[in-house]
Amino acid sequence: MFRIKVDMPLLFGLMLLSVSSLFILWSAGGESSRLIINQAIRMGVAVTGMIIIAQIRPATLFRWTPLFYTAGLVMLALVLLVGDVGKGAQRWLDLGVIRFQPSEAMKLAVPMMVAWVVTRKSLPPNMKNLFWATSALMVPSMFILVQPDLGTALLIIMSGALIIFLAGFAWRHIAILSALSVAFVPIAYYFILEAYQQRRIQTLIDPWSDPLGSGYQIIQSMIAIGSGGAQGKGWGQGSQSQGDFIPDRHTDFIFSVFSEEMGFIGVLLLITVYVALVARGLYIAYYTKDTFSRLLAGSLSMTFFFYVFVNIGMVAGMLPVVGVPLPLISYGGTSMVTLMAGFGILMGIHNHRSLMSR
Amino acid sequence: MADLQKRAKTKALPVKTARESGARAAKKEVVVPVSTWRYTTVIVIFTCLFVGLIGRAVQLQIVENDYLQSQGDARYLRVQKEPPTRGMITDRNGQPIAVSTPVDSIWMHPATILRQQKEYSYKELTKLLGTSLRDLLEKAEKRKAREFVYLKRHLPPQLAAKILALNVPGINKVREYKRYYPAGPVMGHVLGFTNIDNEGQEGLELAYDDQLKGQAGRTQVLRDKMGHVVEYVEQLARVRHGDDIALSLDARIQYLAYRHLQAAVKKHQATSASLVALDAKTGEVLSMISMPDFNPNDRSDLKSSRFRNRSITDSYEPGSTVKPITVAMAMDAGKIDSDTIIDAEEGTFFIGRSRINDTKPLGEITVSEVIKKSSNIGSAKIAMMMKPRDLYNAYRDLGFGQTNDLRIPGEQRGILANRKKWRPIENATMSYGYGLSVNTLQLARSYQALANDGVLLPVSLHPVTEVPKGEKVFSKEVVDKVALMLESAVSDEGTAPKARVDQYRVGGKTGTAHRVVNGKYQDDSYMSLFAGFAPISDPEIVLVVSVNDPKGVDYYGGLVAAPVFSEVMAGALRLRGVAPDAMTKPEEESELKLMISRPVAVQTSIPSSIVEGGQ
Repeated sequence: MFRIKVDMPLLFGLMLLSVSSLFILWSAGGESSRLIINQAIRMGVAVTGMIIIAQIRPATLFRWTPLFYTAGLVMLALVLLVGDVGKGAQRWLDLGVIRFQPSEAMKLAVPMMVAWVVTRKSLPPNMKNLFWATSALMVPSMFILVQPDLGTALLIIMSGALIIFLAGFAWRHIAILSALSVAFVPIAYYFILEAYQQRRIQTLIDPWSDPLGSGYQIIQSMIAIGSGGAQGKGWGQGSQSQGDFIPDRHTDFIFSVFSEEMGFIGVLLLITVYVALVARGLYIAYYTKDTFSRLLAGSLSMTFFFYVFVNIGMVAGMLPVVGVPLPLISYGGTSMVTLMAGFGILMGIHNHRSLMSR
Repeated sequence: MADLQKRAKTKALPVKTARESGARAAKKEVVVPVSTWRYTTVIVIFTCLFVGLIGRAVQLQIVENDYLQSQGDARYLRVQKEPPTRGMITDRNGQPIAVSTPVDSIWMHPATILRQQKEYSYKELTKLLGTSLRDLLEKAEKRKAREFVYLKRHLPPQLAAKILALNVPGINKVREYKRYYPAGPVMGHVLGFTNIDNEGQEGLELAYDDQLKGQAGRTQVLRDKMGHVVEYVEQLARVRHGDDIALSLDARIQYLAYRHLQAAVKKHQATSASLVALDAKTGEVLSMISMPDFNPNDRSDLKSSRFRNRSITDSYEPGSTVKPITVAMAMDAGKIDSDTIIDAEEGTFFIGRSRINDTKPLGEITVSEVIKKSSNIGSAKIAMMMKPRDLYNAYRDLGFGQTNDLRIPGEQRGILANRKKWRPIENATMSYGYGLSVNTLQLARSYQALANDGVLLPVSLHPVTEVPKGEKVFSKEVVDKVALMLESAVSDEGTAPKARVDQYRVGGKTGTAHRVVNGKYQDDSYMSLFAGFAPISDPEIVLVVSVNDPKGVDYYGGLVAAPVFSEVMAGALRLRGVAPDAMTKPEEESELKLMISRPVAVQTSIPSSIVEGGQ
């Protein structure tokens, strides 16, 4: 008899975040019930998707990985050719019925594919295998980078690189790659990054140099976070938030609203929930018995936290503004579906840990 | 997190056991175990990131909280001002002559306007504002660091509402008040005007600015990025509206006087003119006119010289108009009486080498006739009966050479020079109005003393509820006699028959003084004056008319200023409800008695001046 199985600790953490999201969106979105309903519907869809994915065996996942990855890569290429432009970047693919962001799917497909490549042969991977793994990682990342979507590209590179590292990438190779990366930074800054991206990095170094121009977002955001103090100003009471001084306050910058209204205590609680989710993910990785699942679970958990770190770091003025939403809190559907699907995979791995060893 | 690491180490054992089982699951693949220390490395790195986030939160929310809070306050805490309504100015009958009407000014938040220029065309906005897109953006660019920039001041509220209805972010309105003067140029000089910020600039608006302006209400508010008020925090000060001010001026007399003086200026092509009417019994200013005039409601392209209230700013030699004062003073001193004979010679008279002229040889005349015929020689001889200082003191007592302290800016005191040693000629010329200068208000005030039983009152621009005691300058007997002399001056044989008013006994004195231009008396340029009061039996209104530099053959005060006096006095007496004291003219007396018994004829006897005066 088929039984629906979920991981209760993960589900509990995710529900906690979802409720917080609706709660803070009410305040950040100008108390619009339309916004709340939209978000709730997306959550419903995403959670349903997650539960369905949680029933899939890792072995099945493993089998379908090349196909999933190839389909994603083709769509990415299509986006560059015929994609819709939204907010100055080519990210969307209009499939007639739904508009779809292939780069989001790649957030799952890339770590899956890299894990697939490295686990096909013996570990640690040899040079040839490493080359294929790196290619599987870099090709879609480059596609995404030229859209341009630096934030997503970085997250994807991060997720793949984690797997390669965990799979046993030799230290001397790491050393060589690190040296190359360091050498690559100025080249990337001057030749690959667009002017607006360069400005974002300059802004990060000294936002107060142009408080009304490029530094505006960051300064407003830092002011909002800072004026929250230890206890916060209370739900719906943030004067910076409610005065519309924070840009994109219900999407990328929702953390500023949260911080101002909930204060340091709220921030601590929120980050604790995130860390708990990551911890549970890593726990699942430890208790998994096959390498593919373990690498994937480790990568997904860590990437999730990296996601959180990039958003909060950007909003708090520690990282350049790269346009990454706060996972499961920011308003918006696509990233939520991807994230929930990722947690679905984690649940699936945990659900079938005993099956694998049978 | 650290806890997690510990757990990771303790859980290392099951991971090792998982190696073998994992090998079977991945079928053909040779599975080499994932090393635990790599996981540990990653976890350590992520723990650092986590600690970094918390550290940043501590830094922003705990350490820099105060600073960032104050930065935040600077962005949304504002003191909002509620403009006070400027006090209304009314005439003595409560008729509004300066009022504040609500208007709206449109302002923008430049940064917002610039930021959304791609999304908004501002087409409707610029059309309603009557400006171009380029001008708008240029203005915004120039002041982009500011939060409040006026786009258009003082728009009618309906238009402002239309602009606001466009709902363009960054566009707002502020309620302001625009000063409006219903009487326009008629009251222009007395009232002055305010600038666009409702601050008094001239006239009474400036003099009484403190009383009129009130105090703005101040409220601390939270404003959002667009400048909209989100929340009222606390009221710092309640709005205090300006006080209303009532003037002693009578708008009706003012209007009448304005019309007639303007007509005279036009007719005689005069350079300028002024007129002052006083209430003889209270010292209240009933009317004060100055020409050239200006409209305080629209003074966009006028020279500031037009703003001069010449009744108080321009002084001139009063000429013959001061002769009654000389006579009154001499009579008061007991040197002469009305019927004392003065030898006016044959039209010329020498004091030392200086020659005094009359217009025609008058021979031996009474003191009354000196006034009636306006004899310079006669008044010079009267003056010489006294010490020079007596005349100086008399003028001084009447307020010459001193300001009337009306608080209107620009008031001149005129010249009344005190000398250590007076030469006879100086004494003589001063007796007929040369060698001293006065303004129209001062001249009117001196006549007020003659009209009020010799009691000089301070002049007032405000209604007088309790008449001040004043200063006794002449005795009642003297001024009664002088009044009769002044009445004779408007008789057919006098110098100003044109000053007469039907049904009222009036008295007055002409003056035709040579103007001084660049320190020299001009042969063909005159100051044409008439000063007088009515009714003679119990004077109510003092009126002085001064016309500067009338062109053409008619330049005598009796021909230029006297007709204005007559018209204005006739109307003013009627408007003030003064009872006529000359229903019967001596030569028509018998006829009129007959007419009273025949009511039909009464109509024909109503003089035309009354009809005219009513216009």
